Amino acid sequence: MKRLLALFPSVRAADRRLLREGRLSGPMPWVLAIMLFLTTLAAAGGLALSQAAREIGGDLANRATVQIVQADAAARERQAAATLEVLRRDPAVTSADRVGAAEMATLLEPWLGAQGTDDLPLPVLIDVGLARADAVPALAAGLRTVAPDAGIDDHRAALAPVSRLIGTLRWLALAIVLLMVGATGFVVVLAAASALDTHRGTIDVLHLLGATDIQVARLFQRRIALDALFAGLIGLGAGVAVLALLGRQLAGLGSELVGSVSLPFWSGGVLVALPLATTLLAAATARWTVVRALGRLL
Amino acid sequence: MGSIVRFENVGLRYGSDGGSDGETLSDLNFALAPGAFYFLTGASGAGKTSLLRLLYLAQRPTRGVIQLFDEDVVTVPRERLPGFRRRIGVVFQDFRLIPYLSVYDNVALPLRVAGVEERDLDAPVREMLAWVGLASRSDALPATLSGGEQQRVAIARAVIGRPEILVADEPTGNVDPEMAGRLLHLFDALNRLGTTIVVATHDIHLLSRVSNAQTLRLEAGRLSDPTGALRYPPRTGA
Ligand SMILES: Nc1ncnc2c1ncn2[C@@H]1O[C@H](COP(=O)(O)OP(=O)(O)OP(=O)(O)O)[C@@H](O)[C@H]1O
Ligand SMILES: [Mg+2]
Repeated sequence: MKRLLALFPSVRAADRRLLREGRLSGPMPWVLAIMLFLTTLAAAGGLALSQAAREIGGDLANRATVQIVQADAAARERQAAATLEVLRRDPAVTSADRVGAAEMATLLEPWLGAQGTDDLPLPVLIDVGLARADAVPALAAGLRTVAPDAGIDDHRAALAPVSRLIGTLRWLALAIVLLMVGATGFVVVLAAASALDTHRGTIDVLHLLGATDIQVARLFQRRIALDALFAGLIGLGAGVAVLALLGRQLAGLGSELVGSVSLPFWSGGVLVALPLATTLLAAATARWTVVRALGRLL
Repeated sequence: MGSIVRFENVGLRYGSDGGSDGETLSDLNFALAPGAFYFLTGASGAGKTSLLRLLYLAQRPTRGVIQLFDEDVVTVPRERLPGFRRRIGVVFQDFRLIPYLSVYDNVALPLRVAGVEERDLDAPVREMLAWVGLASRSDALPATLSGGEQQRVAIARAVIGRPEILVADEPTGNVDPEMAGRLLHLFDALNRLGTTIVVATHDIHLLSRVSNAQTLRLEAGRLSDPTGALRYPPRTGA
């Protein structure tokens, strides 16, 4: 807090008295607090989506599954062996592991029940790790000759709609944050304009006593910045409280997919930066508004 | 230095696109000598306040040249104007005290604007308040003062920065004759210290109360020269 205050040109107590009203006068701080609250939620949403997108792009996109569907068990095993051999020779493949019988049984249990899958002609599944996500078409071509019944499933293709949705939501979150920044600017311009109106008489007198535009602007800049900082901290506090509650409830769902939604460790820094950025934005906007208005005086 | 203020062919017309009602001030040509004492008289509406507003840089003339301290203030860059304003003390016709500041803080304002340190400010402010007889009211708000007391605060604020020019618009309009005399005495004392004084008034009784004061007379926006103050450079007090 001390450090932050040091960002503002120091103003003596007497100067502060020049604009009589204290903290949190008028509706501006509360409007800013609400906007900061919403911005915090939008930013947190955007960050969580970015993290999800990274996970999809990283872990999941670099995996593929080879499936060999052949009723004749001998032919199936022959093709499986040949497929594994081809895959393990390919430099684009980092790992190729056949999904074992026990694991298959577990996977299928919800659909087939526990009464055994021994007599069913189950397909062979091979879990493939890839060095490059775009290696799948070449692998499919290579497998066609040795294992005609092998099909390769590209996770990336399967996840593409999800990726697209996440991408859109991310842009939306960013757009909301940017709109909020713009709206914050407008609110500050209005607040500065109304403060200028309220203090017209004082400003005229200061001006005629030889105060420079910057001297006058500083009075407003500091007051509006402090209002914005206070509002920002309220908005951030409320936003973080809501996020913590959401996090608890998401964890309570126990779902792996939803449970994996998380914020990267540095996102706390981004969220805390929001009120600080708002404060600086408010100070700069107030200064610009006041200097521009004073420029119209002789 | 010949003159501290010089007006050449100055005209002022309110309203940007020039109304049909002509100029409020026309063809002002005069020079004020440094250290002299001037009264500016004229009927109500003759343009006294308008002329003073040009002088204390609240208003730009529509035409003509205004020189202060030998510099043309009409064409000077805007960012240099505060420097000129700090050399001019003004008593506004309507006082313009800041309503939520105490008498003390109102009087201290010019020094604070000029960046005087708090510790160097108390003595001159107290001395000034004593001089205008308001030492005991330093914590009062302007609204709790009488009209005459407010006027004295305005005067204290105008002179505390030791301006080179003091411009006072009807500074005795709200006080009894005795207080008017005391205030004129204060201006006279300031004048003896070298400040050029311009006092606008329509109280012709004041004119005789300051020895060697010059009188400028405004009639419908034009200057006449009953005492020859403009034609003959006045003797400066010292
Ligand atoms: N801001 C303004 N806009 C338009 N007209 C103005 C403005 N200020 C003054 N006037 C006009 O200019 C004329 C001169 O006004 P000014 O205030 O200079 O007179 P004055 O001599 O000071 O009068 P008084 O003795 O009553 O104070 C008046 O007709 C007035 O209506
Ligand atoms: Mg007047």
